[in-house]
Amino acid sequence: MSQLSGYLLLSAFLFSIGLAGALTRRNAILVLIGIELMLNAANLNFIAFWRYGPHPEALTGVMFAIFSISVAAAEAAVGLSIILAVYRHSRTTDLDKLNSMKG
Amino acid sequence: MNWIVENLWLIPALPLFAAGISALTKQKGRKLAASLAIGSMGISFLLALCAFAHVLALRSSGQATQQFFNFPWFQFGNDWLSLGWVLNPLTAVMLVMVTFVGLLIFIFSVGYMEHDENFTRFFCFLALFASAMLGVIISNSLLLLFMCWEIVGLTSYLLIGFWYFKPSAAAAAKKAFITTRIGDLPFFLGIVWLYSQTGTLLFYNNGAGALEPAAITHLLSQTTATGMCVATGIALLIFCGAIGKSGQFPLHVWLPDAMEGPTPVSALIHAATMVAAGVFLVARVYPLMSAHNGVAGVLTTSTALQAVTWIGAITALFGSLVAVAQFDIKRILAYSTVSQLGYMMMGLGVGGVAVGMFHLITHAFFKALLFLGAGSIIHGCSGEQDIRKMGGIRKLMPITFATYAIAMLALCGFPLFSGFWSKDEILHAAHHWNISQLPYYMGAFAALLTAFYMTRQVFYVFAGRSRLTQETTDASHTDPHAHAADHHHGSGAIHESPAVMTVPLALLSVFALLLGFFGTPAWPWFQSFLDDSPLAVNFGAFGEGGILPVMLISSLIVFLGLGLGWYFYGRRPIVSAEAPDAVGKLSPSIFTVLGHAFYFDALYAATFIRLNTLLSKISDWLDRWVWNGAVKTITSLVFGFAHLDNFLDTHVVNSGFDEGCEGVSLSGQVLSRLQAGRVQGYLKIVAGALIVFTILLLWKARA
Repeated sequence: MSQLSGYLLLSAFLFSIGLAGALTRRNAILVLIGIELMLNAANLNFIAFWRYGPHPEALTGVMFAIFSISVAAAEAAVGLSIILAVYRHSRTTDLDKLNSMKG
Repeated sequence: MNWIVENLWLIPALPLFAAGISALTKQKGRKLAASLAIGSMGISFLLALCAFAHVLALRSSGQATQQFFNFPWFQFGNDWLSLGWVLNPLTAVMLVMVTFVGLLIFIFSVGYMEHDENFTRFFCFLALFASAMLGVIISNSLLLLFMCWEIVGLTSYLLIGFWYFKPSAAAAAKKAFITTRIGDLPFFLGIVWLYSQTGTLLFYNNGAGALEPAAITHLLSQTTATGMCVATGIALLIFCGAIGKSGQFPLHVWLPDAMEGPTPVSALIHAATMVAAGVFLVARVYPLMSAHNGVAGVLTTSTALQAVTWIGAITALFGSLVAVAQFDIKRILAYSTVSQLGYMMMGLGVGGVAVGMFHLITHAFFKALLFLGAGSIIHGCSGEQDIRKMGGIRKLMPITFATYAIAMLALCGFPLFSGFWSKDEILHAAHHWNISQLPYYMGAFAALLTAFYMTRQVFYVFAGRSRLTQETTDASHTDPHAHAADHHHGSGAIHESPAVMTVPLALLSVFALLLGFFGTPAWPWFQSFLDDSPLAVNFGAFGEGGILPVMLISSLIVFLGLGLGWYFYGRRPIVSAEAPDAVGKLSPSIFTVLGHAFYFDALYAATFIRLNTLLSKISDWLDRWVWNGAVKTITSLVFGFAHLDNFLDTHVVNSGFDEGCEGVSLSGQVLSRLQAGRVQGYLKIVAGALIVFTILLLWKARA
């Protein structure tokens, strides 16, 4: 098993933890954390493919990772402010109770 | 000076305006209503005098005394319907008479109606009446005349039924309205016929009017299917209107009943002016009435005028016969009016416009005076109207007695009083009538009866001692007028009326006394004024044409009537109210027949009214069973259709629609389950899909 496979496995493991957290947690903040985990698993994939890819000198993978992290930061800020606004409106962050869109 | 011709409409418009204002006035606005009515009537009187003066001025300057003013009203087809007014001697005389008598009666009414709570309404109606009557007089179009004529009928109805809470008054009002309508229907047919024949309803229109030679010649040249001349047919139809309005036989029945109205109304409408409208109508359309196909120069009387004469003569005799056996003071005067109107018609028929109109004018004054005098007596006797219960009023009401006596003598035709001249002229004309002498004898006999019944009435009312007992005063409290007299006196004593009532009496009596001198054979000013012929003072006229013998005979007749009256009623004072009538004792059966006016009411009740009732019963039956049945059948058919429709709708259209709706709703429900509202639910699906796709990818890659 090459080093790349190890990273990919780690990344897949991280992604699964994130997905599980996002799907099972009731608290909106914890769901957001799960999403962050999945995002970072993807970042890890970028770095791994770049490091063990055919052109490790081109720095493309790092660029992708940095962009992704900054976008994730903006996304986290927006997500947190949405959660804050929802909390202010309905006094809860429990996702099961936020079902006013139910058909 | 033409100002008055163009503004002649002001004369009827002013009282109309007053009526409009007082219709809007509250019940308490008594002074306003009375002063408006009297004021407008006063101004109209002044304008009428202006019009009269204008005609006089035209006459003295030798111009034509007839002026008219026409204006188009509305267009239908290619024709314009025109209305207008005409000023000629006939109009001028009538205007002055109506406004003057009307004014005096308005003033009298202020006193008579003093205590009536509907004083304002009374003056509103009076003013409306005056307006319509003046409209009848000035109108130059048969249509305008007819419209005003109908308003006159309406106000007559309103005023007879003024005390509408009395069932008899309400019934009398209805009777008057319906009876005159019977006459108005042929009148209207005559108007329509005239229009279809001549294409105009204007009386005078520079040669194109219906009463001018061209139209009359045209009418004379046409004959109906039965060979009667069209002019005669139209004239007879129009005369039917006059029969209804002027209470001529056989439509006289409403006039005595009309006495249920307040006495000033009886005086103004049912004695002096409105009932004279029929006579006036005949005088107005006289060129049509007198049109005949006879050879020029030969004395011929048209068929229409013969009918007028006979109807008039019968009415004159009938009215005076019935008046002999009446006991109600106003009913005597009412039948007397019927009889005098007959005289006027007879005068028109035998002598022409001037003869009939002269009696109309003199009669208007003395009959208004008689009615107002009767009103004064009734007012003084606390509402009592039965002459048997009166008596001895001469000393208690001296002014009323004096004026009443003058009017009574004028009515009887006592020499030198106004009625003498006018009645004498009619008798003289009848004496020389070329058709028959019978109207003359009928008129002469009626004159005898007139003198007789008036003497009877005067002796009953004024002579002897009062037979007005306390009971009758009490009993009379049911009379609506009685409350008016309540607070005049403590002991029910008879009293003279206030000045507002006696002054008009005095003024009218002056005219009743002197008016006749305007139309004596020696100085026939009135006749020449109306006929537009030269006037000369000629005392020799008495001796010409058999005037003097007729005059002597009629004077003798009057003295005979007065003497008979005195013989029966004046010789011995009437002591008790229950004593039988002196003439009634001679022949009770005839007296009863006369007292019931030859049972005309009963005859009509047994024939026309019964027929009418039968017809209405048949109509009711038809309405109830035939028309109603048809309507009900159609209704149930429609209902059946509606039920069928309803069934189809609920079970066919609705069910299909419901099915569709349910399908849509079900699928909606299924779909709505997907949208649970839980973010994680959606994420789960996304994750599941991811896993499925990953496995699919791996499986493909392996293969």
